[in-house]
Amino acid sequence: MEKRKPKLKIFKNPIRRWGWLFLGPMAAAFIIGFVWPFIQGIYLSMCQFKTISNAKFIGFSNYVKAITDPSFLHSFWYTALFAIVSLVLINVLAFTVAYFLTQGIKGSNLFRTVFFMPNLIGGIVLGYIWSMIFDGILTHFGTSILMDSTFGFWGLIILMCWQQVGYMMIIYIAGLQAVPEDILEAAKIDGATKTQTLFRVIIPNVMPSITICTFLSLTNGFKLFDQNLALTGGQPFIIQPDGSSIKTTEMLALNIFNTFYGSNSASSGQAQAKAVLFFILVASIGLIQLGITRKREVQQ
Amino acid sequence: MSRLPSKEQSLAAEKRRKTILSVVLACVCIIYVLPVLSVVINSFKLNTFVKTDTFALPTGDMWAGFNNFIKGMTFGNYPFVKSVLFSLLITVVSTFLILLFTSMAAWYIARVNSLFCKIFYFLCVFSMVVPFQMVMYPLSKTADSLHLNTPWTIPIVYLGFGAGLAIFMFVGFVKSIPISIEEAASIDGCGPIKTYFQVVLPMLRPTMISVGILEIMWVWNDYLLPYLVLDINEYRTIPIHIQYLKGSYGTVDLGATMALILLSIIPVIVFYLICQKYIIKGVAAGAVKG
Repeated sequence: MEKRKPKLKIFKNPIRRWGWLFLGPMAAAFIIGFVWPFIQGIYLSMCQFKTISNAKFIGFSNYVKAITDPSFLHSFWYTALFAIVSLVLINVLAFTVAYFLTQGIKGSNLFRTVFFMPNLIGGIVLGYIWSMIFDGILTHFGTSILMDSTFGFWGLIILMCWQQVGYMMIIYIAGLQAVPEDILEAAKIDGATKTQTLFRVIIPNVMPSITICTFLSLTNGFKLFDQNLALTGGQPFIIQPDGSSIKTTEMLALNIFNTFYGSNSASSGQAQAKAVLFFILVASIGLIQLGITRKREVQQ
Repeated sequence: MSRLPSKEQSLAAEKRRKTILSVVLACVCIIYVLPVLSVVINSFKLNTFVKTDTFALPTGDMWAGFNNFIKGMTFGNYPFVKSVLFSLLITVVSTFLILLFTSMAAWYIARVNSLFCKIFYFLCVFSMVVPFQMVMYPLSKTADSLHLNTPWTIPIVYLGFGAGLAIFMFVGFVKSIPISIEEAASIDGCGPIKTYFQVVLPMLRPTMISVGILEIMWVWNDYLLPYLVLDINEYRTIPIHIQYLKGSYGTVDLGATMALILLSIIPVIVFYLICQKYIIKGVAAGAVKG
């Protein structure tokens, strides 16, 4: 160690001199693309504005407006329900498929390729593909996915399962392949049945993958935008007595977008306040995940 | 002796079980590709039949030939080829910028590790949990005022907003490379720039591929960022183009829309089949770390 220190110094100093080149472009773009908009976003959430230049500080009244807005509350509960239902379905399906694909059956690679494929197709395109399919079915019953919010909800769930099962499956396969062979052997010798092995040996050993996938599908559910916009765009609408409308299949991200760029241009401040609340929600899910993952790492 | 047949039996049962499983999964696979197949079928179908006979083959009266594709080219008052080219330009340039600059910055952060570097690194990791809606309004205004609102300059915005994951993955990898190789290079008279490009960069290859794949998938399919930043009348990417087809007309020619959707997913599927190994590896790496 005594020897290393001076060496490091002659190595480090020349790098520092070139710091502007290595860090400069990245830092500049990062400030433009993230740091500055983020700070401005927090400030604007406490302002009334139509454009940024005429922003007037008004304190927390935007937040009060945001949390008393019925459409925002509706989209929050709708999103939470969606996130939880999709979380359960996606993970159960993905784990099942991954479990079967690691049994050494014929054609595993081909199946894996097919199941993962929908992930490469963008959300907007996926939305249109599925809206065509759902309407193709529902039109025979004289209805459409845009006419009933139940169809809208389950349609989006089916779409998301179709897209995300393959992604989560990849993570589960990696987890399942990392389960030590000798533990499985030991379970077999001890006479454990397949079901016992699955629940007592395999699942506890892939807990890290389960944590990752759970949180990934939860945040994906909360942040969902493209698919929501393309599949139903929030329809059907319910007109409120005061003239405003609740978009029954509108999720949080779309609600924020519509508040910003909808017909009421005076609501930008309120929209930014919603965006900050949305950020706090998503970030706390991320932090909880980080906490759990850290704890696990210490235990191992 | 009595045990042997039972072992054989159980082996046979195991084999039968696997065959059944294969068949079941094959059926599920067929169901899985049906949505894509229905796009193919409907892109050759006349508009009026897409909604009523979605799952029928385009035979007889329904057959539209390649008319949908020809019509789709100028559909929505915007040439589809232009959208494809803009999408391609933005994806290639953004991915290139992200790979080059984030890996350079990550090397600096990992090796110098000063207080400033630590703060910068923390901010990058923090940016990963920030949803786009949080910054979209100020970001689009900032991009406007800095004239970053063209396909040639929007990669800078992508570099800024998408840096988090890339920095995180690169820093993690650089820290696992023994520093002694770079020390040896510097003792042999290699400056930092030469050291980076000739010694470090080649070692970063596996992470480069993973990050590259993740960024390509993100930028190519991204809708909201280009929609808010670009001038939509002049510049459209494929997702914006597809969204506009439905948005701007009361009655859409569904046949032509499906033709365009087919054209836009063919390159993606070809890319996937060619780089499948890397894509699946990259996704697994990104997910485990992110």
